[in-house]
Order: sequence, then C-alpha cells, then structure tokens
Amino acid sequence: MAYPSREQWLERLRNTRVWKSVFRRGPARTNRTRSLAIFGNLFLHVVPAKVREKSLRVRATYYLGSFAFFLFIVLTVTGILLMLYYHPAALEAYSDMKDLRFVVSNGVLLRNLHRLAAQTMVLVVFWHMYHVFYRGGYRPPREFNWVVGVVLLLLTLFLSYTGYLLPWDQLAFWAITVGTNIIGYVPLVGHRTRFLLLGGNIIGENALLRFYVLHCVILPLLAGLFIAVHFWRIQKDGGLSVGESEERKEPLSVEATQVEQETVTVGESDERKEQL
Amino acid sequence: MSEKNSYEVGFGSDAVKNPQRIVFITKKTSAKVKGAQPRQLMSYPHVVLREIIAFEIFTVALVVVALFWDAPLEQLANPLLTPNPAKAPWYFLGLQELLHYLPPVVAGVLIPTLVVVGLVVIPYFDVNIKGEPLWASNRRRRLAAFMGGVAVLLIVFGIHEAFDVVVPTVAFAALALAAYFAPPQGGRLMRYLRAQPLSWWIMSWFIAVSLTLTLVGTFFRGPGWSLVWSWR
Ligand code: HEM
Repeated sequence: MAYPSREQWLERLRNTRVWKSVFRRGPARTNRTRSLAIFGNLFLHVVPAKVREKSLRVRATYYLGSFAFFLFIVLTVTGILLMLYYHPAALEAYSDMKDLRFVVSNGVLLRNLHRLAAQTMVLVVFWHMYHVFYRGGYRPPREFNWVVGVVLLLLTLFLSYTGYLLPWDQLAFWAITVGTNIIGYVPLVGHRTRFLLLGGNIIGENALLRFYVLHCVILPLLAGLFIAVHFWRIQKDGGLSVGESEERKEPLSVEATQVEQETVTVGESDERKEQL
Repeated sequence: MSEKNSYEVGFGSDAVKNPQRIVFITKKTSAKVKGAQPRQLMSYPHVVLREIIAFEIFTVALVVVALFWDAPLEQLANPLLTPNPAKAPWYFLGLQELLHYLPPVVAGVLIPTLVVVGLVVIPYFDVNIKGEPLWASNRRRRLAAFMGGVAVLLIVFGIHEAFDVVVPTVAFAALALAAYFAPPQGGRLMRYLRAQPLSWWIMSWFIAVSLTLTLVGTFFRGPGWSLVWSWR
C-alpha cells in the first residue's frame, strides 16, 4: 500500500468534516474559496479578499505597518510572560527585575526582547507615518485612517512611556519624574491631571500601580481596538493607495455585459458552487 | 450590448418564510464598470504568506539582537538621589531639549499640542491634497510669505539660542531658496526640490528639526544639561 504524500494528506485533512466545520470551507483552490478563506475568518476578514499587485511590492510600504503590528504581537506575548514574574509594588518590582536576570530561566532574554521591541516599535511607527506621508497615503478617501494612525502613534508613545516606570530603578523613576512634571504646566487642569495619573503628588506606590494598570490593561486594549479599526479601514478605503497616477490614469467606462445565469444560495454550505 | 433582458430577478427576501434566503440572480444585462484595473492578487494566499514570512524573518532578527543587547537596570529608585542629568526616554528627548530653551508651557504643552493638531489636519487641507509645487506659481508672493515664516522661526529660536533648531531651519531655508533661483534645467536635486509642495517642505523641516533635537538631547547633553561629547 502506497503511503499518501504530504500534499495528499493535507488535501484529505482539508476535506474532512471537522476541518470544514472549523474553517467553513474545504481546500482553497478556486478564487471563491480563497475569498472565503479571508472573509469566512474572524481574524482575516478585516483585510481585503483581493489586493492590487502593486501594493504588495516592498517599496510600496517597506512592510512598516506590518512590522509595527508584528512588534505589537511580540510585545503582547513577552509582556504576558513578564507579568507572570512581576509585582507592581515598589520594592518587589525591582527585585523581580533582579530575579529575571539571575533566577528565571531565559529571564534576561525575555526582558531584552520586550524592551527592544518597545523601543523599535516607537521608531517603526514614526517611520511608517513618514512613509505614508511621502507617498500621499493620507489623501481622500483615506483621511480618517490617517487620524486613526495619529491616535495609534500617541497610544504607542504612552504604552512605551508607562512601561518605562515599571522596573522601578533610578532610570525609570527619574525619567517619569521629568515627564510627569511637564503635565503640571498644563493651564488649569495640569495639577489635577498629574494627581490623577500618579495617584498622589509624587511618584510612589500609587503611581506604579496606576502605570501598571495603564500599561498592561487599558492601553493595550485601546491599541488593539484601534489597530483593528485601522486595518478594517484600509479595506473599506479601497486597499492601499498605489499612487495617484495609477489610480486615475485611465477614465472608467461603464459597459453592459451578459451575466451568466446562476443561482446563489446564501447561508448554506458553499461547496455546491465550487465548480463555478 | 443592449440585449433584451430574458429573465426576471427573483428575491427571497422574507427571512421568516424562507430562512435560507435563496436569491436567484438570473440571466440579464447588467452594468459593469470597466477601467484600467491594475492587476490584482488574492489575499489568500499571497498576502497571508508574505506576512507570515516577513513575521518570521523579523522575529528571528529581533531575537538575535535581543541576545546581544541587554536591557539596562540601574540602582533601586531613590527619590532623594537625583541623577544629573535626569533624562526622559529617548523619544521625548527632543521635547526635553526644547524645554531647556523655552518656557515649560510653550515647550511642554503648546508645541506638542500644535504638533498633534498639525498631524491630524494634514489630510484635510486642499492645497496639500492637490500637491501643487510650492514654487510653481505666485512665486514672488509665496517667497515673501515663506521667508517671513522662516524669519519668525529664526527670531523666536534665535533669541533662546536654540542652535539645534536654528541650524536645520537655516539649512532648509537655503535649500528652498536654491530651488527658487535654480535655472529650469538645473541638476537632479534641484528639479526634485522644485516639484515639492508646501506640505513636503514643512514635514521635512519638522523631521529634520526633531531628529537634530533628539540626537543632541541623547548624545550631547551632560550634567546641568550642558553640551558634552558623550564618548569623552
Ligand atoms: C500601532 C501603530 C500602527 C500599525 C500597527 C499600523 C499598521 C498599518 C498597516 C499594516 C498598514 C498597511 C500598509 C503599510 O504597511 O503601510 C497601514 C497603512 C496605513 N497607515 Fe498605519 N499603522 C500604525 C500607525 C499609523 C500611524 C501613526 C499613521 C499616521 C499618522 C498611520 C497611517 C496609515 C495610513 C494612512 C495607511 C494607508 C496607507 C495607504 O493606503 O497607502 N498608521 N498601517
């Protein structure tokens, strides 16, 4: 008896009832099932089913937006692992950092990765913004996605900044002191805002706890939400811009064509239409 | 082209009577928009695969760097022991540098607010959307306005001796002037510069200034925020 090749084996797997029940489709062979693979999937359905070939060229984006997103994922994973070892209380926080260096297996790598990814993300997000600007990617109909981007830039900065306090060493303490002092200069509401943020007039236990909650819960949730909106808007705004000249060069013409006779059954299994 | 419709369209739109919502699209003439659509690819697998590959390469690179670059950890935080200088994270050092020159309300509140507002309104300016080159028409009036703006900036930052704002600003004004007076054939650089709209000039100036400020703040500031060579 001949053993099935890897391809055949995968093919069989994809044709099983369980696979189909999970992914809502069999093998993605036709353009229809390939589209289904995108919009039949909660996580992929925010991206378009089809993209212009031009927008995939490296020079179009340098993948900067993607890198920003990858960094967000890396930061989420390493961040959750770090949370397993971290107590947001003044003395423990610092000794947890020491533990990460001397006790926890691969603790150094974990912390290095999180810190490196955080710094890189700030850099990459700025670079992505400048790149989008110079390519004119903010032009209508993409104005609002640019604004969503500005919100993402601010969230990235706040995320990085709130994380800066958590090691509770001299570097952290004084960097946050310098920064939060500025808030006090905002006319009228400055002092109250600073008090609200720090949970007091100076940086202490309360400030650490508040920064921890902001850094680990509130800001990442907001960032995740806005990233989802950002991606979804790219799709709704007609995919990535490929430059004005290419989009507007040829005038559109309307032509009547024969549409093949077809019967579409919505809401039932789509396999029936595979032959199309 | 205008063939007669041979079928009607049937709709099963009553969801209660017909839960499967069967829709019949029958043979008929329909409008189709034809333009020079650039070539398209299916996102699955083309985009998905590319992103996965990019993610893997990127993550490996990140791990390699993280193996050799150690996250800093200094002494335990001590509110009684102020380091000199106390520095913000690098991405705020440009602001801290400004704070050294200007009153806190201006450097810490007014300027960041203006920058954020400026970024938000970029896509809502028509001049900017059309992207007309700055030196294409109305040349003399525009030159006067442009140089007026530069002069105000130079005076404000000059008074406060903010050399790391003044130097890039002067450099940009020089480039803009060169593009204005360059002969039409000009070199490649001049032809490129002459094609740029006002928004390009403002954004590029902004990037140059913030880079200079951040670099000076990061590498050339020591005790009491005095100028130092960080490697000495
Ligand atoms: C967490 C931060 C961000 C993430 C994860 C992100 C992600 C992305 C991705 C994946 C794309 C697709 C193409 C590309 O890579 O360029 C994109 C496009 C875009 N981004 Fe971002 N982005 C972020 C921040 C920003 C910022 C700060 C801005 C601007 C202020 C911005 C404005 C835009 C615009 C306008 C587009 C559409 C460009 C076009 O159609 O050519 N994004 N973003």
